[in-house]
This record gives sequence, structure tokens and C-alpha cells, in this order.
Amino acid sequence: MIKVITPGFYATIQDLGRFGCQHFGVPHSGAMDAYSASLANRLLGNNKEAALIEMTMTGAKLEFNCSTSICITGADMLPQLNVAKIPLNKSIAIQTGDILSFGKTSMGFRCYLAVSGGINSEKVMNSRSMYKNITKHHVLAKNDILPIIESSAIKAKNASVKVNKAHFLSETIEVYKGPEFYMLSKAERHELFATKFVISKDNNRMAYQLEQTLANNLDAIITSLVMPGTVQLTPSGKLIILMRDCQTTGGYPRILQLKESAIHVLAQKYTGHSFSFKLLDY
Amino acid sequence: MAFNLKYKPYGERSILIEWPSIVDEKVLFDVLSFKEKIRNSTIELIINVNTAYNSILITYKFLNFNLNKSINKLKDLYLQKETYNKSACKQWRIPVCYDDFFAIDLDDMASAKNCSKEAIIKRHSQMSYTVYCVGFLPGFLYLGGLDGTLFTPRKATPRLKVEKGAIAIGGKQTGVYPMESPGGWNIIGNTPISFFDASKSTPCFAKPGDRITFYAVSLKTYYNTKALVDAGVYQMESEVLHD
Repeated sequence: MIKVITPGFYATIQDLGRFGCQHFGVPHSGAMDAYSASLANRLLGNNKEAALIEMTMTGAKLEFNCSTSICITGADMLPQLNVAKIPLNKSIAIQTGDILSFGKTSMGFRCYLAVSGGINSEKVMNSRSMYKNITKHHVLAKNDILPIIESSAIKAKNASVKVNKAHFLSETIEVYKGPEFYMLSKAERHELFATKFVISKDNNRMAYQLEQTLANNLDAIITSLVMPGTVQLTPSGKLIILMRDCQTTGGYPRILQLKESAIHVLAQKYTGHSFSFKLLDY
Repeated sequence: MAFNLKYKPYGERSILIEWPSIVDEKVLFDVLSFKEKIRNSTIELIINVNTAYNSILITYKFLNFNLNKSINKLKDLYLQKETYNKSACKQWRIPVCYDDFFAIDLDDMASAKNCSKEAIIKRHSQMSYTVYCVGFLPGFLYLGGLDGTLFTPRKATPRLKVEKGAIAIGGKQTGVYPMESPGGWNIIGNTPISFFDASKSTPCFAKPGDRITFYAVSLKTYYNTKALVDAGVYQMESEVLHD
């Protein structure tokens, strides 16, 4: 098992999230950057459903009470094993008593720590993803003890991969037309794709709000269905990009829908980062 | 009755089906009937089907599924014979304590409407509300059928904390907060009934198409009922709806 000495700024347990229970109003949840998360599991030979730790901005300090192997992906929080620096995107052996610590991110925003077999925390509605009022705890806290699933997977020794830096540095967010895109005027569409948007301080696992507004006269819609990656436009012109923990319904026009890989890219950006939308054809 | 539906791609692996933009039970039951056909169909690789007032969202397992082929399959399915059984819908009776202890906005509402608190309680508890969809929060029911005289604007500044079980009115809608949450609706009571329980295989007892009625109970009955609910032995009051 793993003991949380300090959780860092905001750390949660995540897997692929909850499917098939949105009709109860239950959010999808799951790793924000599912690309990095699945990479960590793959490098360890884990199931793709294996739960891991998602750390945001500043990482945790953890103590291992077993020998196992780990893989760190996503944001570079300058991980150290005991006192030695260790690389990302590589399977690393851990001994009982080892201390793994992370600092502040030097690139990206969310870092993933997978452990061989996966974290064996409480499973609710077929997922271990933490969410308030669904799982008992919604964030990791000091002194939490995290059990690990015994793994019989054959480990690829020293498996490693090189990740393209564009995943963190790209300033392009690829989108498709949303259901209410047609309501935008020609001028509004032009502005939407010509503007360089800056991420506001209101960004979290539920949604990212943008600094720039898009003046519009769009009517509200009858409450309809939304999902992670939906871009909503409010009457005051605010653009809200829904993320993994978003509500299942909404009444604002849904003007764009992020490509799934664009959700992963956006999840590695934070306050002050900028990007522009690029429209893809269906 | 067949409506003219729109089929729209929504991201890389979903299709949104839209009915005309009206809030109407005829639309709701056509939505629910189509959902039933989709769920019972042999269409493969659908991982999620969800409905709202006038829409269905279908999500497929894989990215870049064949959009046109999938839409054509759905169009054929829509024209097939009804399988939906409306009499599977239930009417739920929900006890509500409208006592001042919970009803923190009832005084303001009564003076704004120039009527007594009792009149508001009576109008709120005499209606039968239709469940149109579930969303906003886990277990939050969007209810239709609020008496027009009870329409009340949302509060200018939302509260940071609304209690679990709060019965509230926001604009033209009434609803129950299934869990503690921030919220801008006007609070007129509280129910001891639990509207969401993540540990149950069916975490919400009510579903779209069901009906909800509220009836007033005293503080004493409220706490007695709450004790039964917390102990897991409360029997929900419901009856099967017939047309």
C-alpha cells in the first residue's frame, strides 16, 4: 500500500470514469488527461481500467509499504525517489520504505502516478474515480492509506516511451461543431476562430472558463444533454468548456465540441495559458 | 405520433436526436418511447443513452463510428412499432415539511405575492409534477407542472450552501436538492426522503415519465420519517400510473 505523507495541491484517484449512469445525473469523471493516464497504465502492463493518482499543479509526497513498480506520466513535477531524480514515462522499480516526492510542475498541469496492478480504492458505480457525494472521499488527504491490487501482469522491464512535447505546448484546440453552432452569425463564427483565448482562473475538473467573451444574442435552449468537451456560450458571452466532472445537462447553447484528444491537451493547460480553436469537419 | 426529428453529430462518438423545442408531455413520452426502442434494439456498441426534455444523446463505444449508417439505423428504428409501456410509470408521494425552520424563503415569497404562506403551501402541494429529466446534480429531477402563480425569480445571489432535501422554486420550476449544494432557488421546505443514494444499484427511485406529488407534514413527522429513511426501512409511497 501507499501512504500519503502530503497530498500536494489537489490529488485524486481516477480511472476511465463512469459510463451508463448519466441518466441518474452522475458525471462521467475519470482522468482529465486520459492520454497520459492510459500511457502510464500501459507502460506497467496494467488493465486500461486500473485506477491511478492524478496530481494537479503541485505533487504529493508518498511512502510505499511494499515493493512494486510505478510509472509517472503527464506534467513534469520533477519526481524524486528518496533523493534521486527519476524520469517520467518509464517503468520504475520501488522497494518497501521508498519515499516518492513531487514538486511544482515545470511543464503541464496534471501528473499521473500509476502503480503496478492499480489503486484498490472504493469502487462506486463501476468506477474508482473520486467525486463528491458519490465516493466517500473526493480528494486525497494527509495520512490516507491507499491499497494496491496484487498484480500478476508480466512487466515489460524498463519499458519507456518518448512523449511529444506538443501535448503540453500546442496552442491549438481541435473542435467539431456543437449542436447549436448553427445559431452563430457569420461574424461570431469568424471571431470564435480568430480569437486567441486565455484560460481564466476559473478552471477545474468541472469546467474551464475563458477570459475573452463572445458578444451574442443566442437564446437559451430547453435544458438538454452535455458531456465533457462541450463548449457552452452564455448570454453574457462567457465561453465555458466542460471537463470530466461536468454536469450531465445544461441550458446554454452548445456551440462546439472538443475532439477527445483536445480534452487531454486542454487538461494540461491552466490559468493564463492561451490557445485558439481549430474547426474540424465531421 | 411521429415527430420530425433532427439527427446531429455531437463530437466524435455521439449522436444527438432532437424533437421540436417545446416542453410537452407528448414530446417527453415520444422521447422515452424511442429510448426504449434503442435500449431494446440490436444496434451494437452503444455505451450510453440519456434523455432530456426534447432530446436523446447516444454515445458509441469507439471514436469515428460510421455516422450516416448509424443515423439511418436510428431513423428506421424510430418508425418501428411502440414497445414503451407508459403504465410502468409511477406516481410518488413525497412528504415535505414546510415549517419556517426549513422554509427560509417562504416569508419573502408570501409578501412578494401578497398572499399567505398557507396559500403557497397549498398550491405547491396540490399539483402533480411530471419528471422530465435528471441532471444538474446526481438525482436532481427536472419537474414540470408548477402552478403559474408560484413562479419566482431565482435569488440575485445564490447561497453557497443549500441543505440536502431542500424543496425550492426557481423561475418556472420546482425541485428537490438531492444533496448539499450551492444554489439560487427559493427554499420553501425540506423532505426527509433521499433522492440519490450512490450505494444502490438504482440510485434514484424516480425516472423520467414518473410523477411526483408533495404533501405537507409536521416537524415531528419529518424527523420520524427521517429516522426511518436513515435506518433504511422507510417504505416509499407510490402507485402505478394508468392513462
